[in-house]
Amino acid sequence: MDFAFMRDTFLTLIGGVPLTLNLAFMAVALGAVLALILALMRMSGLKVLDWPAQAYVFVFRGTPLLVQIFLIYYGLGQFRPTLQEWGLWTFFREPYWCAVLALTLNTAAYASEIMRGGLQSVPHNQVEAARACGMSGFLLFRRVVFPIAVRQALPAYGSEIILMVKATSLASIITMMEVTGLAAKLISQSFRAVEVFVVAGLIYLVLNFIITRIIMAIEWWLSPHLRRPPAVEPRLEAAHV
Amino acid sequence: MSYFELVGFGPNGWGWALLTAAGMTIAVAICGFLAGSVVGTLVAWGKIGGNLVIRSLADGYTTVLRGIPDLLVIYLFYFGGSAALGAIGSLFGADGFIGVPAFVTGALAIGIISGAYQAEVFRGAYQVVSRGEIEAARSVGMPRWLMFRRIIAPQVLRYAIPGLGNTWQLVLKESALISVTGLVELLRQSHIAAGSTRRPFDFYLTAAVLYLLITWVSTYLFQRAETHSLRGMRRAS
Repeated sequence: MDFAFMRDTFLTLIGGVPLTLNLAFMAVALGAVLALILALMRMSGLKVLDWPAQAYVFVFRGTPLLVQIFLIYYGLGQFRPTLQEWGLWTFFREPYWCAVLALTLNTAAYASEIMRGGLQSVPHNQVEAARACGMSGFLLFRRVVFPIAVRQALPAYGSEIILMVKATSLASIITMMEVTGLAAKLISQSFRAVEVFVVAGLIYLVLNFIITRIIMAIEWWLSPHLRRPPAVEPRLEAAHV
Repeated sequence: MSYFELVGFGPNGWGWALLTAAGMTIAVAICGFLAGSVVGTLVAWGKIGGNLVIRSLADGYTTVLRGIPDLLVIYLFYFGGSAALGAIGSLFGADGFIGVPAFVTGALAIGIISGAYQAEVFRGAYQVVSRGEIEAARSVGMPRWLMFRRIIAPQVLRYAIPGLGNTWQLVLKESALISVTGLVELLRQSHIAAGSTRRPFDFYLTAAVLYLLITWVSTYLFQRAETHSLRGMRRAS
């Protein structure tokens, strides 16, 4: 292995990290909002709301993300005159926004199922107890349902975030120069696939490791009831009696 | 030209090309999935029965492969494979670029990626198999291979079906990434058709519908397999 080459590769690839994180953050943040709406639609009990949400989840989970990206980036070009008329063309012309849109729509489908699972796991007696105390509507959701649901859904949501970080690599196919895009360019220039792969892989592993740790910290913070109570130091003389 | 003429089976239609490409998608996905089953079984075996070195290697493999983007692995196989073949070729006096067939690259890359997921599925399923059954098999003096074939494999497979179903869906969607190596599967064919007719939306939409159809049919088949495999089991409810 050529370590000088690997150092240069690292310095090149690290320049793609901001874009990778940017895409992942935008998609996860926007996707979470859409996912919450979809989850509430599915749990509303109204067929008019439930069915479209179900169809949405089925379509976006059943097709490859790359097809969704192409459909938005290349596909919408077919309607260019109409989009220009509506003033949306400046948005769909940019590969960045197309990638963000595709990633958002995709993660929303997966995340809505995670959120639905979390919301449904809230024990009914907790809701009843809250109602007995006079809470209802938004207050009930904010104080009781939402915190319990988040705690329940967080591990699965964490893996979804990792999947999104990995999925940002597909943006490289529509010319976004994030880590994978830079790596592909380097490989095709130098034909040293293994070295570039090792460096790029390490960058992703470190990113994902940090994200996992953050999620674990949030999990720890959200579940004080599961933490071991602080150990009381036994008094020395008492322990020896 | 209307949409149905475009994707139909007429003289100017792309219907047959798209269907053939869908067949290629299924073929490369199945080959990759089977390769992944072999890798997954070996890695799961290493995780369950290996010594410390083998176990940490197996753990490292699943952690790494699940932590890096699939596209990167595909690039490694695509560029690295031909570089390796070129190096081997130059040992035997051949010079110049030797390309690996895109199908082989794709199936191998999918196999290596899905192997990491399948290893976890198999390991989880193995842990559900009752210890008593394995002890019973040992006590009647079954050799290891026979025990694997008669006792472990059938039961692990039974518990693994739902997890394998999920992995298969992943593999199917990963196969779209193989289009970057130039293999003419469903997405690549749609890309070609979109380029030559300037109707990208129509073709990518058709590709999406075909992918949905494949997903839908395979979900159904995995459900059938699950109920079939559980036909002799007593349910808790």
